[in-house]
Amino acid sequence: MTRGEWRNLGVGLAFISPWIIGFLAFTLYPALASIYYSFCDYDVFSRPVWIGLLNYRDMFTDKVFWKSLYNTMYYAVFSLPLGLVISLLIAVMLNQQIQARPLFRTIYFLPSLVPVVASAMIWLWILNGKYGILNYLLGLVGLQGPDWLADELWTKPSLILMSVWGVGGSMVIYLAALQDVPRELYESALIDGASAWHKFVHVTIPMISPVIYFNLIMGIIGALQVFAQPYIMFGGGGPNRSALFYAVYLYQNAFDYYEMGFASAMAWVLFIIIFFLTWVATRTTRRHIYYAGE
Amino acid sequence: METMRRRSGTVGGCRGMKIGLLLAIAAAGHCGCVRPPSDRTADGRIIVDYWEKWTGFEGDAMQAVVDDFNRSQNRIFVRKLTVSQIDRKMMLATAGGNPPDVAGLWAFNVPVYAEKGALTPLNRYLEEAGITAEDYIPVFWDLCSHEGFVWALPSTPATLALHWNKKMFRDAGLDPERPPRSIAELDRMAEQITLVRVERAGKRVEVRFSELTAEEKRTKKFDIVHLGFVPTEPGWWNPVWGYWFGARLWNGKDRITADSPQNIEAFRWFQSYPRKYGLENLRRFGASFGNFASPQNPFLSEKVAMELQGVWMYNFIDKYAPQLEWGAAPFPAAHTDRFPYVTIAECDVLVIPRGARHAKEAFEFIRYVNTRPAMEKLCMGQRKFSPLARMSEDFIRNHPNPYIHVFVEMARSPYVRTVPQTPLWMVLGDEMIAAADRIFSLIETPQQALRTVQKRVQLRFDRERERWLKIRQRRIAEWRRL
Repeated sequence: MTRGEWRNLGVGLAFISPWIIGFLAFTLYPALASIYYSFCDYDVFSRPVWIGLLNYRDMFTDKVFWKSLYNTMYYAVFSLPLGLVISLLIAVMLNQQIQARPLFRTIYFLPSLVPVVASAMIWLWILNGKYGILNYLLGLVGLQGPDWLADELWTKPSLILMSVWGVGGSMVIYLAALQDVPRELYESALIDGASAWHKFVHVTIPMISPVIYFNLIMGIIGALQVFAQPYIMFGGGGPNRSALFYAVYLYQNAFDYYEMGFASAMAWVLFIIIFFLTWVATRTTRRHIYYAGE
Repeated sequence: METMRRRSGTVGGCRGMKIGLLLAIAAAGHCGCVRPPSDRTADGRIIVDYWEKWTGFEGDAMQAVVDDFNRSQNRIFVRKLTVSQIDRKMMLATAGGNPPDVAGLWAFNVPVYAEKGALTPLNRYLEEAGITAEDYIPVFWDLCSHEGFVWALPSTPATLALHWNKKMFRDAGLDPERPPRSIAELDRMAEQITLVRVERAGKRVEVRFSELTAEEKRTKKFDIVHLGFVPTEPGWWNPVWGYWFGARLWNGKDRITADSPQNIEAFRWFQSYPRKYGLENLRRFGASFGNFASPQNPFLSEKVAMELQGVWMYNFIDKYAPQLEWGAAPFPAAHTDRFPYVTIAECDVLVIPRGARHAKEAFEFIRYVNTRPAMEKLCMGQRKFSPLARMSEDFIRNHPNPYIHVFVEMARSPYVRTVPQTPLWMVLGDEMIAAADRIFSLIETPQQALRTVQKRVQLRFDRERERWLKIRQRRIAEWRRL
């Protein structure tokens, strides 16, 4: 590199140094330190003491750990596909030439702007077993709604239902992708006699497949890390710990029981799970994703 | 032209680099590398930073005491800051080496924070100030002590009592001035007060639970209109119902006693409620309860006639249901031949975190709060009673809670209990809550659920104890030096 290029590099680094310092101090260092802590008995106050794999052994023999993992997986398995499909359907509908389209787009996007604490409080009332509006509506069609928040069978479905409410974010991404699909592909398909369904399956889906893939990966990460709503609505885990999610149990260990080493180990196991699922998702969807630039 | 571009690049580069560095320094400043803010007021007084959890009228009561202290001398200025989730924030601030000078915690935090080295032992300061155990109602002094050291002084205390609704008693044909005197009597009275809606001859009629036929009781096809009592309301003491049956959750040394016969007996009683009234009926009825601090609180809205509640309940009655006809009495025990009642004592405390910059000045403030006039002002402001051994006659006489003497007497009685003073209380408490939930939901028998608690917590307890015994002597020597 010439002297000038060195200088430019220096200038560039100096300008991004606040971010670099922030990244090193607040992301990289804590992440690396937590690997070390996961092999230690560490309570924040005193120096960490090396205990080898004990935290991991305790974790895998802890029934509550497995329950929290099961709850989280259950939630992810249902909320993720549901969210992907519903947000895509809404986006497709909102991409039609209908009247007051911007208004509908705003309405459907609005819930994802509501702060999570506020929406959790509202859902507490919507899902109230006796006075909740959901059970009232079910009552109108002759169904007796369950006690969503107090019955362990219904706590996870409640949270899955709530997750669908916040699909506005991924819907906007789908909308952007849908508007990018070349019109001439639809015209060619029409000339070939394709129905609306065929156009959707053979033109729309392949053309927006990178965005579906993006939403899938972000969805996996988001669903496995879900914390705020179950924590606000169920605190310690709800009836029979049916709403004790992985991130909530991790938080409990760290900040209620001062088991930072155990919590760090949990965090790394979660990282490995997410990493693995993302890898699987990437491997299995690779052949079905169409990139125009390739 | 090439030369000019390069030169301008160089000049611009230097300037850019300086700006970049300035930004970096500014960012580093936010990481805590700048000089800490001054610890003096403009007139040279030492600032004592005090974190407290209270808001509303409770916060105002403490602020009035802080203002009095600030006016009473010209050397120290206490700066009170209201902090939510104070125990966690104090933990992180202390671990980070930048704690407040005084923090208002809960007594159950004391053992864990003391053992973790997060608190300053107060023994030396107490000796100098001439403050001794005799100055306090014994249970509150005990709540501030751990391993032979005193770690905190009380701010406001509380005990629990049976609160009952006199009107609901009268409506059910019971003497409104006579609360139950045993658990068995409480259960009977509760059945008599409980009103249910049941279908008879094609009509929905309201009858007392005690008047239901055996078949109606068996099928449980009724809706609850109001309840005499249910042990899960408000549900804050589910882990410790065993105390009323003579159980302890910990032997004080090396064993958790969650599955003791007394505790199993207590949780059999606990489970008798969903068995008697029907789990689904209770759940549906429970869903109609509003927030605790609201007029829809089930006790305040006359949906539940009897509750175990703390001395603070008066404030909520006064605010949300001043018309309520109520009384407070000791909550009766199961086996009254052994002991007539049980109460649980809790306490808010003031501590000096380890590493506080002005520990001496902080103690001066704590000492001031623990003088009789200041303590009575604080406790009167929060409508509680004083933890001090001696209370002025005016304090009791002028107290707005007509039953305040009940709470004081219980605190002084031999029937007062506390939650286990062990660093593992949070774990044990959470496990007991989960067990109580499984028992109440009829998922497990009391034996099964409590055995799970015993196994899980004992394992953790053994590990913690082993670790603690290894460092105990070193810690105690360290505390003596402080």
